Amino acid sequence: MILNASGCLDALAAPDVARRLDAFVTKTVTPLPREGNAPVRIAETDAGMLNSIGLANPGIDRFLAATLPRLAELAIRLWVSVGGFATDDYADLCRRLDERDEVQVIELNLSCPNVEGPEETVVDIVTAARASTGKPLFAKLSAAVPDVAATATAAAEAGADGLSLVNTIRGLALDERTLAPTLATATGGYSGPALRPIALAAVFAAYRATGLPIVGMGGVETGRHALELIAAGASACALGTVLFADPRAPGRVRTELAAESRTHGFETPLAARGASHTIVSSLLSDKTKKPAIASEM
Amino acid sequence: MQREALRVLASEPVGPYRLLRLARGRLDPGMPGQFFMLSPPGHLLPRPMSLCLAPPRELVFLIDPVGKGTRALAEAEPGETMTVLGPLGNGYCLRVEKPLLVGGGIGVAPFPYLSHALGEPPALLGFRTAHHAAAAALVPNAEVVLDPTLVTDVMPSDYDVFACGPEPMLWAVARRAPDAQLAWEAPMACGFGACYGCAVEIGGELRRLCVEGPILELKASRWRKVRRREAA
Ligand SMILES: Cc1cc2nc3c(=O)[nH]c(=O)nc-3n(C[C@H](O)[C@H](O)[C@H](O)COP(=O)(O)OP(=O)(O)OC[C@H]3O[C@@H](n4cnc5c(N)ncnc54)[C@H](O)[C@@H]3O)c2cc1C
Ligand SMILES: Cc1cc2nc3c(=O)[nH]c(=O)nc-3n(C[C@H](O)[C@H](O)[C@H](O)COP(=O)(O)O)c2cc1C
Ligand code: FES
Repeated sequence: MILNASGCLDALAAPDVARRLDAFVTKTVTPLPREGNAPVRIAETDAGMLNSIGLANPGIDRFLAATLPRLAELAIRLWVSVGGFATDDYADLCRRLDERDEVQVIELNLSCPNVEGPEETVVDIVTAARASTGKPLFAKLSAAVPDVAATATAAAEAGADGLSLVNTIRGLALDERTLAPTLATATGGYSGPALRPIALAAVFAAYRATGLPIVGMGGVETGRHALELIAAGASACALGTVLFADPRAPGRVRTELAAESRTHGFETPLAARGASHTIVSSLLSDKTKKPAIASEM
Repeated sequence: MQREALRVLASEPVGPYRLLRLARGRLDPGMPGQFFMLSPPGHLLPRPMSLCLAPPRELVFLIDPVGKGTRALAEAEPGETMTVLGPLGNGYCLRVEKPLLVGGGIGVAPFPYLSHALGEPPALLGFRTAHHAAAAALVPNAEVVLDPTLVTDVMPSDYDVFACGPEPMLWAVARRAPDAQLAWEAPMACGFGACYGCAVEIGGELRRLCVEGPILELKASRWRKVRRREAA
């Protein structure tokens, strides 16, 4: 299953790109409208890019009244990403979305800077959201926590149906000539190829700890990258930064993923889910045996 | 929105700039003032470039190598391929009575194509040095001024102004010609509304320049999207 990463595609501005996805994930919607941060908001860096968009979005009222009906016309599965600054915000947002049949899944953006925090915060938010909606809830976590497995377990125990891993990591870029920060906010979220090993580690840990469905993301550019996330434990894969340079990535990555999976002996991409764990455990249990790939599949 | 890997035909110096000629492939050249996203070899993100010229079977861009990405674009060698997405954005509205092109520096980039579409109207171009002014040769009927003279010092009134250039020049043009159509710039990661990186203040709000622009008019101190009247 191939999705877009939240904030990396506007289905209304590029419907043809969105139609190639298995589901469209909205940019994070907050309780009130947000203009976002002052420009400059993006910068290319070594092995990735920084953004400080600042969750620019119309706010939940306008989203429900104007954006959602137009998204529904596209006839694709809709995931709505929500973000807030307090537990009540998430509860309210989920309650409002719960009433709308157009929405298939709610993704809780638990990795915006203002709500980033200890496990209790994740527990509080997921618990409150769970009490406010019967729709499937995916908790989007940051890899910048001391123990991703513990955070993932906390989200699972609080009622999350799935996990989205990973969000961006804070970074800084300096102007070539002036050495001043390139972004108006100085620091921003680092995304793209540099996140690949970080995302793999986070998905690997969260799969072991929870076994929940996982949307893996972070620097995916090719079918091979997607297959690796799946082998680490992802059940779906989201495309973010790659879409900016290649809006045709959804179709391309899907084709490459199918071919890459077959090359590795998996009939479908999903058959490879968790394969890296099977290899690891067989290596640990009997070091003399050659790793057997995924007998459980 | 089409995307294709195009062959580099030539890269010619024009003063400090580079004229990059690409085989057109199946891409549509679009309207003057529209732009394309060009992927510099070895870079993650594409860079926005206005179409400069559209001879048969070619797309030609004028590039000012100001940073890593534009340097990589300028250094592309004939025979290499370069991925190009576009045309994007709104473009200039060409239905005017008395056109005048007003540009500064690399702001001349969209003018050769625009001048052709408008029947080669007069153009007023400002440059930092005579070396930079080499680019004026690409624009028919151009009058050139050099620093410290500014285009707005010599700009006649009663024209329908098409402007492209650095931000202070655009503001100065808009003060003298309130109906001018101005080509605005912002750093862009995608060019098709996906990243929200290109926000500029339009109509008192931060809006995406690649969706609303890049051609805007300044009315009552507020940017407005230029609507292509032909399309209405
Ligand atoms: C619609 C549009 C059309 C354009 N047409 C042309 C063109 O025809 N020819 C041309 O040479 N340039 C054009 N530009 C500007 C060009 O896209 C930028 O100069 C380029 O993206 C800079 O990339 P870089 O990696 O070389 O520079 P960087 O290393 O990223 O930055 C170098 C300097 O340029 C500034 N900068 C970065 N991006 C932009 C930007 N998009 N606009 C203004 N300043 C920026 C940075 O803040 C920095 O000071 C256009 C921009 C837009 C938005
Ligand atoms: C420009 C930009 C905007 C983003 N906006 C959001 C957002 O609104 N909500 C969110 O949960 N993640 C947001 N993200 C993070 C992505 O969804 C994704 O987690 C991250 O970019 C890693 O994937 P990638 O390396 O493939 O881009 C944004 C990322 C980028 C680059
Ligand atoms: S450049 Fe990405 S939204 Fe405009």
